[in-house]
Amino acid sequence: MSISVLSVIYLLGSVTFIIGLKMLSHPATARKGNLIAAGGMTLAILGTIFLYHNNGERLHNYGWIFAGLIIGGIIGVMAAKKVKMTAMPEMVSLFNGTGGACAALISIVEFGHMTSIPSKGNFNLTDAISAMAGAAPGPAGGKLLIILLGLIIGSVSFAGSIIAWGKLNGRIKDFSFRNQHIVNLLVLGLSLLTAIYLVATIDNHVQMKLTLLPDPKLQIVTAPIVKILFYLVLLLSITYGVLFVMPIGGADMPVVISLLNSFTGVAAACGGFLYNNQVMLTGGILVGSAGTILTILMCKAMNRSLRNVLIGSFGGAKAG
Amino acid sequence: MASILSFIHQHIELIYIVILSVFLGIEVISRVPSVLHTPLMSGANAIHGVVIIGAIIVMGEADADNYLALILGFLAVILGTLNVVGGFVVTDRMLEMFKSKK
Repeated sequence: MSISVLSVIYLLGSVTFIIGLKMLSHPATARKGNLIAAGGMTLAILGTIFLYHNNGERLHNYGWIFAGLIIGGIIGVMAAKKVKMTAMPEMVSLFNGTGGACAALISIVEFGHMTSIPSKGNFNLTDAISAMAGAAPGPAGGKLLIILLGLIIGSVSFAGSIIAWGKLNGRIKDFSFRNQHIVNLLVLGLSLLTAIYLVATIDNHVQMKLTLLPDPKLQIVTAPIVKILFYLVLLLSITYGVLFVMPIGGADMPVVISLLNSFTGVAAACGGFLYNNQVMLTGGILVGSAGTILTILMCKAMNRSLRNVLIGSFGGAKAG
Repeated sequence: MASILSFIHQHIELIYIVILSVFLGIEVISRVPSVLHTPLMSGANAIHGVVIIGAIIVMGEADADNYLALILGFLAVILGTLNVVGGFVVTDRMLEMFKSKK
């Protein structure tokens, strides 16, 4: 019963996000649109807290959840209320960074669940035997793919947003070196290749181990290389986020923030895949696509192309 | 490879939602006037704060003896809430400023 109420709440949440975005793009209705989306979000959050359950198991750690919500809420309101009008874009960038970090953290915890937590509760001998025979019971590759996508996009967005925030308030100066775009592409490429390697080989590296004594238990045993490579992907992605934003000039920051904003949207949508959660999926993808178009529109309004903004400032090789 | 194909098959409905949402997102904001670019960016920023739901689930499912998951989950909840609450409040303040200008 409660899970079907929750589905309806998620449906309502998704609709409010669409209506909210639509109203935000007209001057007369913009403020109301923002409030409608906020209402839908509140509903979705409260619904998740009180109605969510997975295989009949409800959420626990309510104390931690509410403490986190209250701390985050108070800091959020204080920061947003106090910030000067001129400093708002950097505030948006900072909040965008926290969203990206949140997505990356979710991926890290889910990776831990996937590779080291002994599976308990639904112990099943058939699963165990098929696992022993070499056929993993679940599609590990697909799940890991989503986890890694969320990790990479989330951490690039987090690192990039923090740099953009620092640049807008003058704490971080422009910084670039020769052939930086090549280094950047190498870092990104290495991160993606490592991720692809992990996804392709995960079934060989992660094995189910069945112990019957003293009590039957199905454990997940992971080769250490998997964890090392996973954190290497995280490190490379953060490095890429920093290198990506560093050389871009302060005047182009709003465009970059808008781009990183749509990245975080996609990272949030990865969470939607992970938990089969429609409101995260629609909210994330809507922001991802609307954010990308908005980025292009912002470039047009400044009479520049996105290409120009992103690579125009590298090495000074570009004329005009 | 096979596991990826089966993953796609298992989530085919979500993939349909993704594709339709991409076009919807493009369509919904395609005629935004340039004065609203920044508030719209800020509003979209608040909406992707929906990632907080994932953080709540991570936190709520963490075992009491798994301290790494508890700490990371707790951090995720704080950061996600910052994104949502801060995002909507900043957007509201921006739009309030618009009104007083007119």
